[in-house]
Amino acid sequence: METGSAGNTGKTAAAEGEPVWTGLPPGLLRMRRLLLVVWLGLLAVGLGLLLDLLAGPVWAAFALLPLALMAWGWVMLGHNWRSWRYAERADDLLISKGVLWREETVVPYGRMQLVEVTSGPVERHFGLASVQLHTAAAATDATIPGLDPAEAERLRDRLTELGEARSAGL
Amino acid sequence: MTAPGVDDAVREKPPVTERRLHPVTPLRRAWAPVAVLIGWAVHDPDQAQRQLTRLTTTTLLIALALLLPAAALYGFLTWWFTHFAVTDTELRIRTGLLFRRTAHIRLERIQAVDITQPLLARVAGVAKLKLDVVGADKKDELAFLGEREARALRAELLARAAGFAPETAHEVGEAPVRELLRTPARDLAISLVLTGATWGTLAAALVVPPLLWLATHSVWTVLATAVPLLGAAGASSVGRFVSEYDWTVGESPDGLRIDHGLLDRTHETVPPGRVQTVRIVEPLLWRRRGWVRVELDVAGSSNSVLVPVAPREVAEAVVARVLPGVTVPPASALSRPPRRAGRCVPVWWRGHGLAVTDTVFAARHGLLRRSLALVPHAKVQSVRLAQGPWERLWRVADVHVDTGANKTVTTRLRDAQEAAELLKRQAERSRTGRKGARPDRWMV
Repeated sequence: METGSAGNTGKTAAAEGEPVWTGLPPGLLRMRRLLLVVWLGLLAVGLGLLLDLLAGPVWAAFALLPLALMAWGWVMLGHNWRSWRYAERADDLLISKGVLWREETVVPYGRMQLVEVTSGPVERHFGLASVQLHTAAAATDATIPGLDPAEAERLRDRLTELGEARSAGL
Repeated sequence: MTAPGVDDAVREKPPVTERRLHPVTPLRRAWAPVAVLIGWAVHDPDQAQRQLTRLTTTTLLIALALLLPAAALYGFLTWWFTHFAVTDTELRIRTGLLFRRTAHIRLERIQAVDITQPLLARVAGVAKLKLDVVGADKKDELAFLGEREARALRAELLARAAGFAPETAHEVGEAPVRELLRTPARDLAISLVLTGATWGTLAAALVVPPLLWLATHSVWTVLATAVPLLGAAGASSVGRFVSEYDWTVGESPDGLRIDHGLLDRTHETVPPGRVQTVRIVEPLLWRRRGWVRVELDVAGSSNSVLVPVAPREVAEAVVARVLPGVTVPPASALSRPPRRAGRCVPVWWRGHGLAVTDTVFAARHGLLRRSLALVPHAKVQSVRLAQGPWERLWRVADVHVDTGANKTVTTRLRDAQEAAELLKRQAERSRTGRKGARPDRWMV
C-alpha cells in the first residue's frame, strides 16, 4: 500500500479513526427545490384554472393540494439532501444516504471497475455533476449526486488513481 | 530457439491458424427458417390453418423447393464465414455474412468453460463449446465442433489460461480428474419426490385447467394455461431428473469439473478461484435424511448447481475443495438476531443467522427451507448497511454483501450496533482477504 499514500499522509491519519464526512454542496438542493416549485406551481395553477372554469370557484380550492404537497416536498428535500454524505478513507469510499430508509455503502477502491461522471442538461445548467462507481457487482449502488463539476473531476481522478494502485478485480 | 529478442520479434505476427466449425453445423443453421415458420404457426394457429387450406399441393411443393435450398444456402454460408482462432492471449471468433462481427475473448478472464452435447449432437458426435466470460453473449459459443476436437480445444484453452507457455500449451493435454462425488439416480429421484415445488407445480397443472374450463368453457383459454403449467410441472420433475442425472463433480488441476445429463450431456470446468458464492440449501423434507443441495455462482455462467443432492458431510467436503481453506460453519456457530427482531419479521426471524470466520461471510435464512450462503471475503465487491424506519425503531439493521456474480448475500435483522461494526469489519476483511488469493493464471 505504498502507492498513493505519500501525498495524503495527513488525510490517511485522520481516516484511521472516524471517517471525515463531506456533505453535498447546496446547489443540488437549490435545483431540486426549484424544480419542485416550478412543476407543482404549474400544476396548481393549471388545476385551479381548470376547476374554476368547469366546476366553479369552490372546487378550485382543490388547487391548494399541490401547494401543500410543495411545502411538504420542500422540507423533505431538505432532509434528504442533508442525509447524503460521503467520506474518502485510506482504502475505501463510504457513502451514506436516506432519511427513513437509511443506507450506508462501503466500496473498497480496489474493486472499482469504472468511475463515471454524468451531468444531464438540467444539472449542467445548474453547474452540477454526479459521480458513479461501478464494481463487478451490479447491485453496488454507489452514486454521489449533485457535486461541483471540479470536485466531481477531482474525485474521479483520485478514485481512478487509488483504484489502479489497489486493483483486485473479480 | 534463438535469442529471446529475435523470438519475440518473430512472434509479433504469429501465423494464427483460423479454423472452421464442424461440417454438420450448416444442418443446424438450416433449421432457422423452418423454426420461424413453426413459430408463426404456433403463435397464430387460426391464421396458419386458413392459409394452409388455401394452398394447393403444387404451390406447397414449389415453396418447399425454393425454401429448402435457400435454407441450405444460408446455413452453408454462415458456416463458411465463421472462423475461430486461438492466439496467445485470446480466443477470436469471426462471424457474419453481411454484418461482420469479431468477438475477442481474453483467456485470463475465463470464468468457466462448458462443453454441451444435446441429444442429436451426441448422435452426430459433435459438441458445443462455450467460454463463460463476464458479459459474454449467447452468440459467442462454438457450435458445433467434433467431440474430440472440442475436448482438445478445451484442454488447450485451459492450459493457456492457466499460464503455460504458448509453445507447450498444445501438448499439455487434459488434466487428470479425481472424482469427488457422483449422485446415484435413486437418491436423485427420491430427492425430487421430496421436493415441494415438484408437487406444487403438478397440483397446479391438474387443478387450474379444469377450474378454468368450468368458468369459461373456452378451449383456447384452457389450452393456453394448461400447456405452460404442464410444461412447468414436467420441467421441475422429469426435466430436472433428466438434466441432473449422473451428476459428477471432479477435481483437477484445471479446477472443478461438473458433468451431468441423461440425454443432453454437459461438461463444465470452473478454473480455481472463480467461485463467487456457494449456497447450501436444505429443504424441509430432506432434513430427516440429512440431505442438502449445493448451489454456486460463477460470474457469467448460467449453471448454478454444484451438487443436486448429497448427504451433508459429503457436500461440506465438496465445498471445502471448491473454496480452499473454508470450513462450513456448523449450525451452532451461527448467531441469531436479537429477540426484538421478532417485531419486524414475526416467526421467521428465527431462521436468520450469521457467522463470520477468517475466510467466509456465512448468512443463513429460511425457517422451513434453510439456505446458508457462503461468500469468501476475497470475493466481496461492496458492503451495504440498510435500515428502514420500522427496523430503526427496534434498533436492528440489514447488511448486504455484493459479489461479482451479481448475487447479493444479505444478513437480516442484526442489532444496529453490531451491524455498524460488521460493516466496518467486513470492508476491512474484503480488502485484506484478497492478499492470499491465487492469481488469475493459476499455474503461474
